[in-house]
Order: sequence, then structure tokens, then C-alpha cells
Amino acid sequence: MSRFEESAPARGGFSYDLCKRNEMLMQKGLKPSSYLKTGTTIVGLVFQDGVILGADTRATEGPIVADKNCEKIHYMAPNIYCCGAGTAADTEAVTDMVSSQLKLHRFHTGRESRVVTALTLLKSHLFSYQGHVSAALVLGGVDVTGPHLHTIYPHGSTDTLPFATMGSGSLAAMAIFESKYREGLTRDEGVKLVAEAICSGIFNDLGSGSNVDVCVITKGKREYLRNYMLPNPRTYVSEKGYSFSKKTEVLLTKITPLRELVEVIEGGDAMEE
Amino acid sequence: MDSIYNDLNAPHSMGTTIIGVTYDGGVVLGADSRTSTGMYVANRASDKITQLTDNVYICRSGSAADSQVLSDYVRYYLHQHTIQLGQPATVKVAANLVRMVSYNNKNMLQTGLIVGGWDKYEGGKIYGIPLGGTLLEQPFTIGGSGSSYLYGFFDQVWKEGMTQDEAEKLVVKAVSLAIARDGASGGVVRTVTINKDGVSRKFFPGNTLPLWHEELEAKDSLLDGFSAASPEPMVS
Repeated sequence: MSRFEESAPARGGFSYDLCKRNEMLMQKGLKPSSYLKTGTTIVGLVFQDGVILGADTRATEGPIVADKNCEKIHYMAPNIYCCGAGTAADTEAVTDMVSSQLKLHRFHTGRESRVVTALTLLKSHLFSYQGHVSAALVLGGVDVTGPHLHTIYPHGSTDTLPFATMGSGSLAAMAIFESKYREGLTRDEGVKLVAEAICSGIFNDLGSGSNVDVCVITKGKREYLRNYMLPNPRTYVSEKGYSFSKKTEVLLTKITPLRELVEVIEGGDAMEE
Repeated sequence: MDSIYNDLNAPHSMGTTIIGVTYDGGVVLGADSRTSTGMYVANRASDKITQLTDNVYICRSGSAADSQVLSDYVRYYLHQHTIQLGQPATVKVAANLVRMVSYNNKNMLQTGLIVGGWDKYEGGKIYGIPLGGTLLEQPFTIGGSGSSYLYGFFDQVWKEGMTQDEAEKLVVKAVSLAIARDGASGGVVRTVTINKDGVSRKFFPGNTLPLWHEELEAKDSLLDGFSAASPEPMVS
């Protein structure tokens, strides 16, 4: 029992005790389990009245699409949303954690959360894990100090930009932004540009695909446009449908008891230790 | 696709050219603005000259995360120190705090820094704090990957007691020379001038910089004449 206590990490952080054993197993031919990654194209831009965030909806597990319609725009606060690229578990966990911390902070201060607060909380968590928490985020929101857009990298560095892209499709999306972005876009122009950048990622990057999610955040209001655009509908859908009707014919019913019924003897001795 | 993806996961590093120069009456700090992730430019307009106090600034190079976190810690320590001292912190104290954090965490950090500022006791001072955490007070210092191309240039051109104008022109010229030769440096040139009258920030976009040996004039993009609408996504 004392062995188990020793191997727990002394002060937070990850425990690398099993790394050598894993290496040995891999040498012997054991394939490591692949984890769910969001290949991803995520973008954000600042427009006239606030910020617009966009994301694709494909989650991959190696070469397979694990989820065709996942949600990559995570809620942080009523006025702050965060898009996540990298390992899906990491982005979900880190955004959920900071979202809870922000809520507690709101209770303590009695004020609306600020984007820089979320930024500092995320940045210090990611830095302390030295890049092992593989979460690359685009954080955007509007608070009393105005609209803000930040990118956060897995190692904990941040940038503040008027337009930003992250994920495997970031180069495709950045090409669209670099050629078409200008300051003072209207809401409709901004949403159209974001959708275009995400589509560019969807069609040109293998790790991104399916639909476009958009989130528009302005002072006092946010619009979460889930599946704003569906440019990849299923071409063939069977008319018969894919579920079996209730009156499916039963051919045979056989019940095999797995264990014989136990006889209960009345007035027996109480269980003894 | 894999190699590009691995590149995008590479730690965010600032290729960089950073410079700090003293002149008669203050200091001029200069830097480029490129932050790279492997071979991709993650931010082409980053600000590598960060404020520590009203009168002390720091130029950051190396790992972006390490240098940002270090600056945040030192800003916090300096804030406390200023409250306890009752007057603005000196450049020497700021540089020493940066050195303490850098040296004590030398195994984990990978960042080279230049601290520069003005205080009423010593005037304008520049301190170089390279990898490992040495502290060197110097009349001028250069750092980052682009600095390799500037050692000879500074040996030739440096002189004591320049005017503010001469110092600023020197810094801009030096950064633009490094940008011309170093792939990991680029974007715009930012300078911060600190003297007894305060701090002034200047910004030099790429097209205002002089062109060097065999560099071509920036032509208008071929796409400017292109008026085609963006392609509509395929819908079956």
C-alpha cells in the first residue's frame, strides 16, 4: 500500500513514473491508444461592435472522424466565449475549469467577468503544465473595457490581435483573413468573413470539416449560432429510415437463467463475521 | 499534413532581434515583431517591448511563454517594491529582479532579455540578461537570433554620447538590417525611448524601412486587380 502513496505526485503536475514502462511496451509492439483530437479550424475577429468567433465541427481520432458535429465554441462567461483546438479532453477540461473559476470570481466581486481575467487564469494553468496540456485557444469577449480577442498557446504564451486563427486549418483561414479583413466591419460583414474563413479550413484541411459554428458577442448580448452553415449535407438518406419499426417479428424467445435461484431459509442464523 | 501540424504545436518562440542602446539623456529599446511557431509566423505584429514600471521596459526574446510569465512576475514584484520603497524603482533593481528569476529557474527557462530604463540616480541604463541568468550592465546590447548579424555593425557604428535622434535612427537601422538577413525576424520595427521626460513609443511599418543589398521594392500584390467574388461552398 505504501508503494501507491509514493507514486502520487507530491505537488500537482503530472507523474511520469509510468513513462519507461510505456516505452518498453511500445517496443514490444503494443500500439498506443489514440486520443480524440480536434483537427480544427478556429477563428476570431474584432468588428465594430464586438467580437465574432467561429469554428468547424469535426473531431478526429487519428484518421477517423469521431464526431461529425461537436461543439468547439465553449462558454466561459455570459460575455466571454472560447474556441478550442488540440486534444478535445484538454480543451473541454481547461475551459470548464476556468469557467467555474470565473463564476466564483463573479460571486466574490459582484461584477461582470473581464476577458483578461479568463486570459490570465488560462495562461497560468497552461504554463504550469509546460505544454503537456495540449490546448490552443482563441478567447474572445466584450467587457466594460471593450472588445478583446486573444490567442493562447499550449505552452502558455498569449497574443492580442484584431483577427486570429488556430488549429490545423489555421493557415487556410488566415489566408482569407489577411486578404479580406479590415477595421470597422459591420456585423453581417464580419459573420460572412468568419464563415468564409472556416469554410476555407473545412475544404482545404483534412483535420477540419462538417459544419460552421459562429458566435457573435457584443455589449450586453451574445448570439450563439450553432450550425450557422451546413455546407456538407448527407447526399443519400434512405427513405425507409434507419430504425426498426415496433412490430418487428419475433422468431424465438429463450430465457437462460445465469444463476440458479437461491433458496431462502426462514429463521436461519444471522450472518457471522 | 503531419509535419505541418507538428510544427504548429512547436513551442511559440520569438526568433527576434532585440536592441538596447544608451544615449546622452536616456535609452532607446528596439525590437522586430515576428513570433514564429516552427516555420509559421504566428503573430506578425507582436510587441516584444513590455512595460515593467513607468520608467523601466524589458525586451523579450526566446520562448514567448517563458518571457511573458517572467515579465508578469517581475512586474508584480516591482509593484510591491515600489509601494514599500515609496518612490519609483530604479533600473538596477528591476534588472536584478529579472536576473534573480532567470538565474534561479535557469533549468526551466529559455529566454534572453534586455532591461532598459531611466531613473533619477543613474540616468539611462541598459542591462543585458542572456540565457543562464548573467547580469551585465552595458552601454548598448543586442539579443535574439537576429543579433548575430549585428555584432560587426555595432562595433563599427557605436559611439558614446549620441543624441536621441541619432540613437533612434541607429536602432531602427540595426533592426532593419537584422530583419533583412534573419528569417526568424520580421514584421515591423518598434522602438521605446525612455528619458527624464517620460516614455515615447514609435512604430515603423515594413514599407518605411530602407532596402538593403538586393532587396526588391515591395510591388502591389497581383491580387489587387482581382475582383472575383469568393467561391461559394459546394452544396449538393
